[in-house]
Amino acid sequence: MIDTILLTLDATLRVSTPLIFAAFAGMFSERSGVIDISLEGKMLAGAFTAAAVAYTTESAWLGLGAAILVSISLAMLHGVACITFRGNQVVSGVAINILAAGLTMSLGLSWFRQGGQTPLLPDEARFTSIHFPFAETLRDLPLLGGLYSELLSGHNILVYMAFMMVPLAWWILFRTRYGLRLRAVGENPKAVDTAGISVTRLRYSALVFAGILCGLAGTYISAAHNAQFVRDMTAGQGFIALAALIFGKWRPLPVLGACLLFGLLDAIAVRLQGTELPGIGVIPVQFIEAMPYILTVVLLAGFFGKAVAPKAIGVPYVKER
Amino acid sequence: MTDYALELDRVSKRFGAVQANKDVSLNVVKGSIHGIVGENGAGKSTLMSILYGFYQADSGSIKVFGKTTDIPNSHAAIAAGIGMVHQHFMLVEPFTVLENVILGNEGSALLTHSQAKARKVLQDLSSDYNLKVDPDAVVGDLPVGLQQRVEILKALYKGARILILDEPTGVLTPQETDDLLQILEGLKEQGVTVLLITHKLKEIMAVTDNVSVMRHGEMVAHLSTEDTSPEELAELMVGRKVVTQLEKPSNEAGEPVLTVEGLSVVDSQNVERVKKVSFSVAAGEIVGVAGVSGNGQTELMEALSGMRPVDAGTISYGNLKISPGTSIGPDDLRHAGIAHVPEDRHRVGLVTAMSASENSILGYHRDDTWNQQGLLKPALVEKHCAGLMAGFDVRPQDPKLKSANFSGGNQQKLILARELDCEPKVLLVGQPTRGVDIGAIEFIHTQLLKMRNRGGAILLISVELDEILALSDRIIVMCDGCITGEVSAKDADERTLGLMMSATSDSSSTSTEEQAE
Repeated sequence: MIDTILLTLDATLRVSTPLIFAAFAGMFSERSGVIDISLEGKMLAGAFTAAAVAYTTESAWLGLGAAILVSISLAMLHGVACITFRGNQVVSGVAINILAAGLTMSLGLSWFRQGGQTPLLPDEARFTSIHFPFAETLRDLPLLGGLYSELLSGHNILVYMAFMMVPLAWWILFRTRYGLRLRAVGENPKAVDTAGISVTRLRYSALVFAGILCGLAGTYISAAHNAQFVRDMTAGQGFIALAALIFGKWRPLPVLGACLLFGLLDAIAVRLQGTELPGIGVIPVQFIEAMPYILTVVLLAGFFGKAVAPKAIGVPYVKER
Repeated sequence: MTDYALELDRVSKRFGAVQANKDVSLNVVKGSIHGIVGENGAGKSTLMSILYGFYQADSGSIKVFGKTTDIPNSHAAIAAGIGMVHQHFMLVEPFTVLENVILGNEGSALLTHSQAKARKVLQDLSSDYNLKVDPDAVVGDLPVGLQQRVEILKALYKGARILILDEPTGVLTPQETDDLLQILEGLKEQGVTVLLITHKLKEIMAVTDNVSVMRHGEMVAHLSTEDTSPEELAELMVGRKVVTQLEKPSNEAGEPVLTVEGLSVVDSQNVERVKKVSFSVAAGEIVGVAGVSGNGQTELMEALSGMRPVDAGTISYGNLKISPGTSIGPDDLRHAGIAHVPEDRHRVGLVTAMSASENSILGYHRDDTWNQQGLLKPALVEKHCAGLMAGFDVRPQDPKLKSANFSGGNQQKLILARELDCEPKVLLVGQPTRGVDIGAIEFIHTQLLKMRNRGGAILLISVELDEILALSDRIIVMCDGCITGEVSAKDADERTLGLMMSATSDSSSTSTEEQAE
């Protein structure tokens, strides 16, 4: 029993990691007042780039770097469209999602000729599990041993980065000058402008953060959690992250909690596949797989109180007469 | 020689075809309170935006404390010692007072250190200038008067020696206004130069040392406040003589035509905004509803005009009764002779994307007069609109012009013309002169009195106490959804009304309950 719980929690951490990166990407961008529907597209483009570059160069780190660069470029495209030219942020985001879905597939087809997939990555070209010292020796200790060797040890470095990023992001947002300004610009850009700070520069910088984090999320999906890129492999995780962001009311800890909750559901769903529940029988796989998405809809329908978004979100900033 | 804080020399600014400022020169004596008056669109705000670096002048020069200064952005303005309190506060509502004050002036990259330092400075400023605010209060929870203090503190914290206030009293109660004027006097004593932009001549007369008048983008007069009068200023602003004191012949009020009993209204968030309100309006009288905006007046008006369902109680217009569950909408009311000039003319009063002529029959557009076999008769509508425009002096007199392209005053006159044209029995008016020039105000007030004198009943909701006092026969005061007082206009003055408007506790709350019973 304890083993099952440990394994489920272990899976939760692994499934939550890309959600955490993406949700925090969204937090930076949306706290600055820019709606980020394009988390999904940036992740997908990042995943493809990471797999393609890691395969070609045989270096996971180069893959990660390239994924981050591509993801930042897409974020900048979003910025040009909706900060500089004050376009509609949702439309721009949707466009980027479509662009990413199309480009990854057609580039994948023409570069690797494997039906839109990238070739399998050898272990040297991906982020593999890190085993903590004494993990094997301590495994047999009751409870603590399992906790240490199963839950804490044995993940790849991106998982640890995701969880270390959370307090860092909180600290940036709430304890630094930059964070104060970022939060202010999402609430009342005029207040920031009249204080003599550039609204445009702040919002672009927030999108750079979003780009970096989405690049990390994408890399995790294709070059750490899996070992190749498969078309549309993000499978809506960008939107789940967005849901977690809203459900967590744009605040770091609740957002982390929401990501973990969605991850846990996913892990339980995988666990439940094929097992027979007393009194219910075997639950259809499709139903279990749909659970996180159904829950997303239910949670977002205001089941847990109203989420108050940053006030200036979605509104391009125009100096008034 | 006099020391000047600000010297503007022939500053001009043009937006496309509009010359917003033309050769504006202005000298502001250091350590004085200088008023700038002018109608809407006279170019006051543009001039201040140039001073604060939002726009750059096309030509002309600006000297700050004797030094020629370029102000390409707000940052430069702040560096030159210019601070601004905007009409719409530039505050981040979920932030604390302290966070708002340090925004843009944090000192160091980490907040912990800068906040501790700012707290100390803020305390000194608060006591020096008598501006008491709790630094840890969340700004969104503060009343408007205190939010304004935060704005002033923000400017002072940034080292402002010249403080520009743009229409600072528009959102304040009379008591809060008095407090503000006192604060301004205090600032002056400490050597701060204050530039006060307002259209309220009373405030100009009360605190300023000098006053400049703008009209059509030009400075038309620089006067010493002692040597001028409100009448002279009004005349200079408009360019002709203005009747500020309207003649209001006494009028016998007739039978009540609008009776409200125990009315409660909830808003879209399900918060009760009007709480068991009862009053009546009789034929031939104007009843004014005074109160700081946001105290239930909007919801009251929406319920009375059929736009919002009633939660409890009844509204009776003669035999027509609105109570919870009845489905009487604005259309039914219009046909029963109840006209409505809404508070928000852009969102409710007009469809700004449509022409003046189309707007001139809005709400009456289904009447047989305008239709033939289900189609509108545009020529007839245009002729009708031209007639209204001539009668109500709407300029430019072009029925085909998009209504968004008229000035606020002319839009309002068009709405008033539409609603008064069918000689309604009852007129519900909300904020008839918000953002409207003095000239148009005079006209609108005259029209309202005309309707009253011919026996119409008017319910007037306004945040402008002067307007309420000038027009009403009876005044009711709303605060927090309740009626906190009712006085006849003869016995009312700004002070007593102001007290009722801010009634929150003690004696006034008991009278609230009595009124509500």
